[in-house]
Amino acid sequence: MNKKIVIPGQFISNNVKNAGSGTYVDDGKVYSLLYGILNDKKRINVLPFSGKYIPSRNDLVIGTVIVVTPSNWIFELGSAYDGLLHVSEFPRRVDSAQMKGIMNVGDSAIIRIKDVNTAMKVELTMRERGLRAINYGRVIEIMPTKVPRLIGHSGSMITMLQKETNCEIFVGQNGRVWINGKDNDMDRLGVAIDMISRNSNVSGLTEMIFRFFRNGNDVNDVTRTSFEDTDDIRADDME
Amino acid sequence: MSKPEKFFDENGLRLDGRRVDEIRPMKIEVGVLSRADGSCYLEWGNNKVLAGVFGPRELHPRRMQRPDTAIVRYRYNMAAFSVEDRIRPGPNRRSTEISKVSREAFEPVVMTHLYPSAVIDVFAEVLQADAGTRTAAINAAAIALADAGIPMKGLVSACAVGKVDGKLVLDLGKEEDNYGDADLPVAMTQDGDITLIQMDGNLTQDEFKEAMEMVKVGGKQILEIQREALKSKFSQFKTEEIEEAAVIETPEPDATIDETVGIETEVDESVETDTEVIETEDDNEKVGAVFVEDDANDKEPDENTDDEDVEEGEINE
Repeated sequence: MNKKIVIPGQFISNNVKNAGSGTYVDDGKVYSLLYGILNDKKRINVLPFSGKYIPSRNDLVIGTVIVVTPSNWIFELGSAYDGLLHVSEFPRRVDSAQMKGIMNVGDSAIIRIKDVNTAMKVELTMRERGLRAINYGRVIEIMPTKVPRLIGHSGSMITMLQKETNCEIFVGQNGRVWINGKDNDMDRLGVAIDMISRNSNVSGLTEMIFRFFRNGNDVNDVTRTSFEDTDDIRADDME
Repeated sequence: MSKPEKFFDENGLRLDGRRVDEIRPMKIEVGVLSRADGSCYLEWGNNKVLAGVFGPRELHPRRMQRPDTAIVRYRYNMAAFSVEDRIRPGPNRRSTEISKVSREAFEPVVMTHLYPSAVIDVFAEVLQADAGTRTAAINAAAIALADAGIPMKGLVSACAVGKVDGKLVLDLGKEEDNYGDADLPVAMTQDGDITLIQMDGNLTQDEFKEAMEMVKVGGKQILEIQREALKSKFSQFKTEEIEEAAVIETPEPDATIDETVGIETEVDESVETDTEVIETEDDNEKVGAVFVEDDANDKEPDENTDDEDVEEGEINE
């Protein structure tokens, strides 16, 4: 098992059949396309350290209205591509005249990406339970590549964050996080989320954040395990 | 500064004590700008260059958008204080030309087709100039692009070679550049493909061939320094557990991963299906994401305990 940092153009493997995301094949060899971490457990994937969100179908995201047209809300999604929410994709019938009353420029909403075509035209929908405009709570932005880290092993991190802060949390795939709770709880949660995104490459992060909540320990107090240790841990974890 | 009497000492070493095939020392810092998506500060001899990358982001004016691909914009700029006599700020003939050829130096490696109609902006600011700023800027920009998470087939490394006193030298210094006979900046990919080449002065065919051999060796050395800089950014690198979790527990959602190089779909999918805690009472209904009420944790004790076990196992090690 191989866990290491790779950079664009770095040779990874001869196993062309397993080339996955973040890689390219040239002359029977697999190279990295990205600066990130190699994950060659099943397929050969490179998970980037950074990068912008790219809309993809069925993602749940948090967007902000930037334009209201007679039939569409146009949402900014923290990506190079804006999304269109047609009135017919709103849960109930809305008249053109009422659109601004429901969501106006600057309002945010939790929305699902219905479709993305090859020209990167992004169609959105809100016709689903749980999708709604956001008119309370806070929205925090993190790097989209760190979303999996914030959620953790089948939700371990996020579950812990909820328990410790009594906040509601929604994580959009585009790196926007909606939180709601008491003001001081949200403050603490905000600090914790910031800590997670700054230390996303540290192992035992859930434990670290847990300690932060219990003792007020800052990240710097935590002794970090070395890279080699981590490798072993992951090997065990596999089984 | 005036022309030195001789460019080589009795041992054949250059004015700054380098051998003819030796590059100046290079220092690189990755991710120095917090507002940019990717950035790099690079010192090469007395050159100081700062590169910032933004994007892929929406391209304005829209008429410049290309529906099938992203475009790369590259701005090479010298700070007013970068040279001895103040340089007039703003683009000029020289910097416009350098911007153009530098942009083209990246075209073969940046995977622009993954971001139709978007733009990738590269800004290279020369803070202090000391011969070879365009090559220094390209070296910095390559790292900044990687730091921004832009998919690339490889890094671009640039180095100059030139002739002083009838002798070929690698990576010209200030005096060698100003009073030498030829200057040949070259940018190349890791395979040695030339992506930028310019020449000032004259070289014979044989000299040119020899110069190209020298500069390829220089480029390899620089590539190694660039790699090292990127790898050492996370010296205390730790693994990211989640991605693993995601990959393990997800039934592969689709087989399109090959096509969507650079865009990870797997992780996202799994995150959604694995992590939700539900708003409503019926707990097998999946809302689709981490939709959480405060008391919802208690409703799914099994899942939570499982998770914690996994997590603890890792930490206790």
